[in-house]
Amino acid sequence: MAAAESYPDELRYHPEHDWARIEDGEATFGITWFAQDALGELVHFEAPEEGSAVTKDQSYAEVESVKAVSDVIAPLSGEILEVNRAVADSPETVNEDPYGDGWLVRVRLSDPGEAASLLAAEAYKARLAEEA
Amino acid sequence: MQTLLRTPLYERHVELGARLVPFAGWEMPVQYEGVIPEHLAVRADCGVFDVSHMGELVVEGPRARELLQSLLSNDLGRLEPGKAQYTLLTNERGGIVDDLIVYELGPERFLLIVNASNRDVDLAWLREREVPGSDVRDVSDDYVLLAVQGPRSLAPLGLPEAPAFTFAEGEVGGIACTVNRTGYTGETGVELLVPVEQGPELWQEVVERGAKPCGLGARDTLRLEVCYPLHGNDIGPDTDAVSAGLGWVCALEKEFTGVDELRRVKADGPERRLAAFVMEEPGIPRRGMAIAEGGEVTSGSHSPMLERGIGMGYVPAELAQPATELTIDVRGRPRRARVVKKPIYSREEKRGGG
Repeated sequence: MAAAESYPDELRYHPEHDWARIEDGEATFGITWFAQDALGELVHFEAPEEGSAVTKDQSYAEVESVKAVSDVIAPLSGEILEVNRAVADSPETVNEDPYGDGWLVRVRLSDPGEAASLLAAEAYKARLAEEA
Repeated sequence: MQTLLRTPLYERHVELGARLVPFAGWEMPVQYEGVIPEHLAVRADCGVFDVSHMGELVVEGPRARELLQSLLSNDLGRLEPGKAQYTLLTNERGGIVDDLIVYELGPERFLLIVNASNRDVDLAWLREREVPGSDVRDVSDDYVLLAVQGPRSLAPLGLPEAPAFTFAEGEVGGIACTVNRTGYTGETGVELLVPVEQGPELWQEVVERGAKPCGLGARDTLRLEVCYPLHGNDIGPDTDAVSAGLGWVCALEKEFTGVDELRRVKADGPERRLAAFVMEEPGIPRRGMAIAEGGEVTSGSHSPMLERGIGMGYVPAELAQPATELTIDVRGRPRRARVVKKPIYSREEKRGGG
């Protein structure tokens, strides 16, 4: 079932509704609660190739619900180390647990300094409030 | 920006937490809990849709039958009071102005339930062709229409079994309504026509009896699984009924608008046909995507029953045969699909296949 709305403090957020969990030059990416709620139950994750490059602010994957398809924007640049196969097989995992089991890819960051431009949870929540 | 119309049930939808979207000039619920649970409820149990945005036109008078017989593709001669018929309003080119259901209310009185997006077009089309002794009126604003659909839709409402495409005056919880054994989901069900004043009360009654509120999102996936065409997507003024696979609702032995062209297409064989397909690779076909072998997707979505992408599209006639392989251009990625016999989903096959 769908998760309750939350924006964990330990993550960094991209305004296009993506999050990054940054650890030692690597990061895990996913989409925020807001993004999965806006899309509805996901039915397809068009994953990138492992080993491919991703560029901050550019699309690296697609997620689809019954009604809509959405590009997934990279919050940071780097190389895809791993794709979450569980999400490729069961995309609804993203709705159930967007920050945990619903992560999308793991990335080796090419420019960890880019993280400075991402938003903290409070700032991201403030943006959502403005958009509403 | 044009103001969106709201059905008399708008407040109910808001209370239920519906996500509302513009559709054919109306602000309509696309989903409440979610498209997939709503879809599954209709396939397994019962769901209710507010379809009050649809148009209701009454055609009456001593020459009403004659007028409609000359404008609609199906044979009105097969109707009688209490029976309904799926039919097409056709243009001179054999194209489809609208697809609709005609109900014979009495020997000189017919009700047409038409697509919301075509209500004004249909009304103008009929009025321009009215003959003395026939009168065409738009009564859409007088009624709420609820589609209650699913294998367990009749009993909870206290409604008797009845053959599909029949209708009768009835009541649900003491609320009088016209009960039409029709729908757009491929399931058993009824469409309840009730005066606007009783609409919210009837909705409440139906929901309390266990019908799950369903939005237009599930309505679209349900109809696509059973290959009911959507006017504006799969059929329209520039597509003919024979190519669309709707020759069965065209009485080519009678005279009606566009019949000559339809007879010609039937005799020559259509150049292209509306084929249904199922994806064999990941990816969801969407309207407008190119089919590499020729043609394009007219409707596409994820099938909650098959749990994969499905769609329909016009392809060269020789490629419309079941088992033919097609390639759908999914945003630059070629993905394999296979033509299947319509409908894409049927309860019987599901059972038969375990």
